[in-house]
Amino acid sequence: MCSSNSEWRSAEVSTGTTIIAVRYDGGVVIGSDSRASMGGVYVSSRIINKVVQVHDKIFCCMSGSLADAQAVTNAVIHRLNFHSMQMGEPPLVQSAASIMKEFCYNYRDELSAGFIVAGWDRKKGPQVFEVSVGGMVVEQEFTIGGSGSTYIYGYVDAKFKTGMTREQCLTFTTNALSLAMDRDNVSGGVVHLAVVTEAGVERQLIPGNKLPVFHRI
Amino acid sequence: MAAQVVTAAAQHLSCPSDLVPDWARREVSTGTTIMAVEFDGGVVIGADSRTTTGAYIANRVTDKLTPIHDRIFCCRSGSAADTQAIADAVTYQLGFHSIELDEPPLVQTAANLFKEMCYRYREELMAGIIVAGWDKRRGGQVYTVPMGGMMVRQPVSVGGSGSSYIYGFMDSNYRSGMTKEECLRFVAEALTLAMERDGSSGGVVRLAAITEEGVERRVILGNELPKFFSA
Repeated sequence: MCSSNSEWRSAEVSTGTTIIAVRYDGGVVIGSDSRASMGGVYVSSRIINKVVQVHDKIFCCMSGSLADAQAVTNAVIHRLNFHSMQMGEPPLVQSAASIMKEFCYNYRDELSAGFIVAGWDRKKGPQVFEVSVGGMVVEQEFTIGGSGSTYIYGYVDAKFKTGMTREQCLTFTTNALSLAMDRDNVSGGVVHLAVVTEAGVERQLIPGNKLPVFHRI
Repeated sequence: MAAQVVTAAAQHLSCPSDLVPDWARREVSTGTTIMAVEFDGGVVIGADSRTTTGAYIANRVTDKLTPIHDRIFCCRSGSAADTQAIADAVTYQLGFHSIELDEPPLVQTAANLFKEMCYRYREELMAGIIVAGWDKRRGGQVYTVPMGGMMVRQPVSVGGSGSSYIYGFMDSNYRSGMTKEECLRFVAEALTLAMERDGSSGGVVRLAAITEEGVERRVILGNELPKFFSA
C-alpha cells in the first residue's frame, strides 16, 4: 500500500472503481461509482462520471488508468461515429465492443484499462459485453469490473437471477455498487446510473447519502 | 469474471491496485476462506477444505477449524505451517492457564494469546486467524486476528484469500439476532460463493456450532452445497 505522504503527487490518476452492467428483457442498466484516485491515497475527483456515452444507445464504463480509459473511449467514439455514418444506420453494440477490443488488444502492452460496453440495438436488443485489460471480449447477462468488484462477486452471484424487471435491475445495481463502495477504498462518491432501452436513454444520479446502507456492523 | 492479464504497463503504475488485486501478485501458500458468526448462545464457524502448494492441491479435505479448548476454536488462514505452530503454542498456554484458574478460559484470553504471538512475530509469520467460542461471561464471541497482529471483536468476520469476494454478501445478508440454523445457512452460503470464485478455496464446507452444551460439527460435501447462478 502506498502510504508515503507525497508519493501520490507523482502517481497516475486512476479510476480505482466499481462498474456494473445488467441486461434485462427490454434494456440494460449500467452503473458506476464516481471516485478518481491517485496513488490509492488522494481522491482527485469525487464526482467523475465513468459511464460514458459512445453512441445514442451504447455506453461504456471505464476502469483502470483514467488517462488510458479516456483516450480509448474518445477513440472509440470517433471510430464508431464514422462506422455508423458509413453503414447509414445506428451501430450494433457488438460493433462498439469490437472496436473497443481492437484498441485494447493492439495496444495491450501500453494500456492499462478495462471496460464494460453495454447498450441496445435493433438486431439483438439489449447486450452487455466485458472488454477486459488484455483485450478479451465476452458477452454476458451481467458483469462487474474494477477494483471494487472483487468484494461483490459473492453478492452478485447470490442475488442475480434471469428474468428480472427494470426496477429489480436498478435495485440490484445500486445495492451492488453501494456494497462495493463501502469496502473498496478507491471506490466511492455517488452512483451514476444509465438505463438504455429501445425508447431511449435515462440517466440517474444517486447521491452518497441516499444510497442503501448495509453496514450494521 | 473474464480472466485478466497483468500487462507490462500495470507494473509502471505506482500503486497498481485498481485492475489486479494485490493478492494476485503475491505468492500464497494456503489460499482459504474462513468465517465466524456470533449468535445468542454461541458461535458458528466455517471453513473451506483446500490446501495448496502453488497450483497443486496438497490436501482437498483439510480441517482448518482447530480446537484450542473445550469451547474455543480457531479458524486458520495463511501459511499452514505457521498457523499450526501458533495454534499448538496457544493450546498449550491456554490449557496451562485454565488449570491455574481452575475454570474454563475466556475466549478473549485465547484471542489475546493469539494476538501476542502474531504481533510479536509479525515479520516472520503469515497467519490470519479467527478465534471463536463460548464462555460463561460473555457468551458467543468472535475475535479476528488478521496478519499484522491486530485483534478486534466482531459479530461476523471473514478471512483468507476467498474472503474478498464475499464482503458484499456478508454486509448485505448479516443481521443481528439470527438463530443457530440461520447462521449455519448464512456461513455455508457465503463459503460456497467464495469457493466458487477463489481458485485457492474449494473442496467441502466444514462447519461447527459452539454453544454451552458443546461443539456440533458438520460437513457439507461438494454436491450438497447450495446452488447459485454462475456467469
